[in-house]
Amino acid sequence: MNITEKLLARAAGRDEVKPGEFVNCALDLVLANDITAPIAIDEFYNMGATAVFDPKKVALVCDHSTPNRNIDAAAQTKKVREFARAMGIPNYWEADQGGIEHIILPDKGLVLPGDVVIGADSHTCTYGALGAFSTGVGSTDAGAGMALGECWFRVPETIEVIYTGKLQPWVSGKDLILKLIGEIGVAGARYRALEFKGEVIESLEMAGRFTICNMAIEAGAKNGVVAPDEITLKWIEGRSQREPVVFASDADAQYCRTVEIDCNVLEPQVAFPHLPENTKGISEVGDVPIDQVVIGACTNGRLEDLREAAKVLEGRHVAEGIRCIVIPGSHAIHLEATREGLVERFLEAGCLVSTPTCGPCLGMHMGVLAEGERAIATTNRNFVGRMGHPQSEVYLASPAVAAASAIAGKIAGPED
Amino acid sequence: MKATGTAHKYGDHIDTDAIIAARYLSTTDPIELAAHCMQDIDAGFVERMEPGDIMVAGENFGCGSSREHAPIAIKAAGVSAVIAANFARIFYRNALNIGLPIIESPEAAAAINTGDEVTVDTEAGTIVDHTTGQEFRFQPLDGIAAELVEAGGLVPMVKEKLAARK
Ligand code: SF4
Repeated sequence: MNITEKLLARAAGRDEVKPGEFVNCALDLVLANDITAPIAIDEFYNMGATAVFDPKKVALVCDHSTPNRNIDAAAQTKKVREFARAMGIPNYWEADQGGIEHIILPDKGLVLPGDVVIGADSHTCTYGALGAFSTGVGSTDAGAGMALGECWFRVPETIEVIYTGKLQPWVSGKDLILKLIGEIGVAGARYRALEFKGEVIESLEMAGRFTICNMAIEAGAKNGVVAPDEITLKWIEGRSQREPVVFASDADAQYCRTVEIDCNVLEPQVAFPHLPENTKGISEVGDVPIDQVVIGACTNGRLEDLREAAKVLEGRHVAEGIRCIVIPGSHAIHLEATREGLVERFLEAGCLVSTPTCGPCLGMHMGVLAEGERAIATTNRNFVGRMGHPQSEVYLASPAVAAASAIAGKIAGPED
Repeated sequence: MKATGTAHKYGDHIDTDAIIAARYLSTTDPIELAAHCMQDIDAGFVERMEPGDIMVAGENFGCGSSREHAPIAIKAAGVSAVIAANFARIFYRNALNIGLPIIESPEAAAAINTGDEVTVDTEAGTIVDHTTGQEFRFQPLDGIAAELVEAGGLVPMVKEKLAARK
């Protein structure tokens, strides 16, 4: 079996599972956010439930429109907060403990290798980076998960993605995943698992692995996964009292497809509007002037991402007329970035530094685009209207490329 | 389920931001969501459509975010069924869970045009395009997906399970 099959088999209490089979799995964590939890809560009560299956295995994160952008959003957050209190759910945090769901849950040690996790947010696939099976669902599924502590899945076929060679300077996890989506398309892994491996992944730090698994959904995948190794185990040290369960794919594991990507020739990538599959190498981008830069989101709002951006911005200034918005992924990251002097460097370079939020990533607040405006962002989606007006444009790239573009006033590589 | 209505056709990779934009997500009211259904890619949709109409699309319909507001908006707008070449995974689950009929038929999705009069029959597994006279057959659902539709969605199914546990 491969790692995804082993994860599902364990949670289903079976020795073996095969692609195509339906399984019912015990859940280690159920997540919902300020957009999806309100419906999940309603459906939870409609199901006749009165208590969550295990308060410690439920996490409710208000991040999309927080700090509350308007009265309606405040009412939604309030509903989530009151539900968390009523159910005795400890994994609900106010601002000083908060941040973007997919950044704070691993950081707080709520996901470990071996876990099976569902979240009413499509980027729940991020935690596959830890060697967990983790997938996005809708609100009703999350409500059912909170009530029952289980969820059904059809065991997916798996595509293995092998990254060979050596990463070139300024090439990061974001470029690895954008390149793959460019190759296989936004439906290339539909209903399937993506297993990331190869020498490049083996030496990649957790931040890069999270970024890669975060965007598995942009290839349509059910989940993305990286086999846990020394890097994983070192990263989770001290974050949880629970024991990790480490799986690896067998030598004779089955894959429905193998994709190889040679990193010796991989340059920083940019995805053009309006699909993440419209990727180009930075050398082929041409002259694309921009109005706004966003550095943050569950894709690239980690400390490592901020360091990368700060390195590019050091001693330089954002081009005239450009709004460069930097959003640390959590309060803890914001504090550490301040201690390291990154925040000061951003401010000196002319960037705005926002409190943690999804905000502009989904066109909610804190940086919405007007008609005809163009942004380059470290986010994960560039659909029509994603960051604001339907006639605005979003280009996706790494923190290094986003920072370099802020300085140039047009899309540019860190070496330009 | 059997329904007849006018087809409204869209392309590949219709994402959930196109179905219901994030700026309208500070509510969970189906009627309010329905008022903005498809707005960013087809501003006139809500005014044009009649209750019972059928949505037709290409590959990977409903890709993107997990927002259940998307199938809720489509259903509350009065769409009786969505026919697509195939669906994005989370949207597919969500539609089954809330009882929005969805049908995978690459042939029908390719052949049906906007404005065609279409009948969908999920028990018989047929789609008829009365305008062109074409008929299509599709695979019925299996496994838990079929049980979900049978139960009338996930809420009644979980209700039963919870009652059995007591
Ligand atoms: S940062 Fe963007 S993609 Fe990530 S959870 Fe928030 S809205 Fe979704």
